[in-house]
Amino acid sequence: MFTIVNFINLVAIYYNMSFLEINNLNVSTQDKEILKGINLKINPGEVHVIMGPNGSGKSTLAYTIMGHPKYNITSGLMTLNNIEINSLKVNERANLGIFLGFQYPSEISGVTLTQFMKQARKSDMNYVEFFNMIKSKMSELNIDDSFIKRSLNEGFSGGEKKKNEILQMAVLEPKLAILDEPDSGADVDALKLIAHGINNARKNNTAVLLITHYNRLLTYVKPDFVHILHDGKIILSGDYNLAEVIENKGYEEIIKNNGK
Amino acid sequence: MENNNSFLDINKKQYDFREDIIYLEKFPNGLSKEVIENISKIKNEPEWMLKIRLKAFEEFSKRPMQNWGPDLSHIDFNSVTYYISPNDKVANNWDDVPEKVKKTFEKLGIPESERKFLAGAGAMMESTTAYHKLRDDLTAKGVIFCDTDTALKEHPELLKKYFGTVVPMSDNKFAALNTAAWSGGSFVYVPKNVKIDLPLQAYFRINAQNVGQFERTLIIVDEGAEVHYIEGCSAASYSSDSLHAAVVEVIAHKDSRVRYTTLQNWSDNVYNLVTKRAHAYENSYVEWLDANIGSAITMKYPSVYLKGEYAKANILSVAFANSGQIQDAGSKAIHFAPNTSSTILSKSISKGSGKTVFRGLVQIMKGAYNSKSFMKCDALMIDKESKSDTIPSLKINEEDVQVGHEATVGKVGEDQLFYLMSRGLSENDAVSLIVGGFFKQFTKELPLEYALEFNKLIELEMKDSVG
Repeated sequence: MFTIVNFINLVAIYYNMSFLEINNLNVSTQDKEILKGINLKINPGEVHVIMGPNGSGKSTLAYTIMGHPKYNITSGLMTLNNIEINSLKVNERANLGIFLGFQYPSEISGVTLTQFMKQARKSDMNYVEFFNMIKSKMSELNIDDSFIKRSLNEGFSGGEKKKNEILQMAVLEPKLAILDEPDSGADVDALKLIAHGINNARKNNTAVLLITHYNRLLTYVKPDFVHILHDGKIILSGDYNLAEVIENKGYEEIIKNNGK
Repeated sequence: MENNNSFLDINKKQYDFREDIIYLEKFPNGLSKEVIENISKIKNEPEWMLKIRLKAFEEFSKRPMQNWGPDLSHIDFNSVTYYISPNDKVANNWDDVPEKVKKTFEKLGIPESERKFLAGAGAMMESTTAYHKLRDDLTAKGVIFCDTDTALKEHPELLKKYFGTVVPMSDNKFAALNTAAWSGGSFVYVPKNVKIDLPLQAYFRINAQNVGQFERTLIIVDEGAEVHYIEGCSAASYSSDSLHAAVVEVIAHKDSRVRYTTLQNWSDNVYNLVTKRAHAYENSYVEWLDANIGSAITMKYPSVYLKGEYAKANILSVAFANSGQIQDAGSKAIHFAPNTSSTILSKSISKGSGKTVFRGLVQIMKGAYNSKSFMKCDALMIDKESKSDTIPSLKINEEDVQVGHEATVGKVGEDQLFYLMSRGLSENDAVSLIVGGFFKQFTKELPLEYALEFNKLIELEMKDSVG
């Protein structure tokens, strides 16, 4: 049977599409339009940064790519590796290699990180092998051993939660990592470790979509592209220097010059 | 972590099966003075026990059905049989157990568990105990572990001294019913300073339909002694109702420790109406670990009466109510003596149209100064139509005490599910993980084999819960 997905795949191959392609994406939640025609292409090993004032739609973009049921795609198309993902369930997207590092990770009582990650990775490793693998990733990120036994995110500090997200990314080795403000709530030491984790992922050819407010993290993770999101649209894209411009001038002036 | 041991490879069929058993004795349905007399006669009981039974029958007959809690008005006491037995003696060797009865308990993994990690095991089907065995070295130390009928014959002095002292027949209608019609159950006596290393286990099975099972358990732990008693239960499923009304009495003497663990997994045509109570004397420690997964309606509130100074109680109960089930459970801690302490933790989950109710009572009597109690109940609802009620009660008649209470009621959150699914877990797996984590405070207290069995049972209940 020739489906719409087959068709899209054929088109994708013909046009040599990027790994993640977002075309004219419009998203609403509770009848409020949030994203108004997003276009974005990300390739393996690239780091794209999305910056923008509060309420511009950054987290909505992250949640929509991952597939949160709260957000409705009113039009537009998202493909990963030529596969249409608009209608896939959250876990199906995850199984294609999409990862979302949460700004506010949920607390899950009574569930340990090891237990959760073993189930998530569908690993053939036995428990001891898996435990050791997680431990080595933890020491790489300088994460305290106690993480492994504690309930997932329960009673974690802001910085600990963020490190835990980066650790999960390291364990799951996604193809596309969307990181929603991984730097908020993190102190300088945590920030360096988070940056280290992101750089490692990039080295392993993970495509990274990084949402942040601050330049701080970008001194450790040099992005390939920086996009400014305002009122649901990408109003300006550039390289690393654009982040510096924002830092110096603030969003307002850029919006004044580029916002429509 | 996963274990492929056959004992742990559980599915619904493992519990819901029937054996075509030949019954040596089956009374006609219904309860009367004559039935009570016949039960006593068939057991060749002493006159004093028959007197107790008849008095209890009077108590049962005149007592109205309780007017609180789940509706029990549709229980038809005349539709069940009050004595039905597949065996005429209690074996202490599985080879002497009637073939089909033995097969049932083999399917349930009892002989295997006994070999692997138990100090003693008992197995009861319908009205009578089929098997009972205690490890020889424990018998040599003076430990008694047998069915209660045997105990009445061999240790009448202990029965006379303790029977009905913790749960009097006048306690409630079903305690009266049990006292009138009791048959089987476990009797445990642990002598002074004997500490039993591995658990003792009793398993209760209902195979036939319209059965009334009234096991009577009495556990006496002497000064400085320790025991962990575990009970499991299950039944073949029928469209008509069965009735399980047990009474459990525990006496924890000075400096003793008792842990009583229950994994209740009755089929959903069983009314499970049970009275469980312990008397805790000076510096003793009593723990109830009570899991209710099966049955149509369960009403059960394990209690500890803290009667000696420095006595401690820990009551941990979990309940899972699936569609059509009511788990009306809870705990009571009553402080009679100074410097006593109790903790009550209840975790319950309701799914589909299931309903859980927590009833907790902490009572501190005048004179029980410097006592402490903490009660917490957490309820989780899986579906929109799931129900949960929390009815805690604190009665404090002494001033110098510390009493705390907390309650939480929650739903499985959309954000929690999204978080777990964003790592590749299906919605079912995500809900199961949340549920497993919710019960963790309970499962971590269980011996490994039972924790795994409990988790499997919950997984079975959770199967196809969504989508």
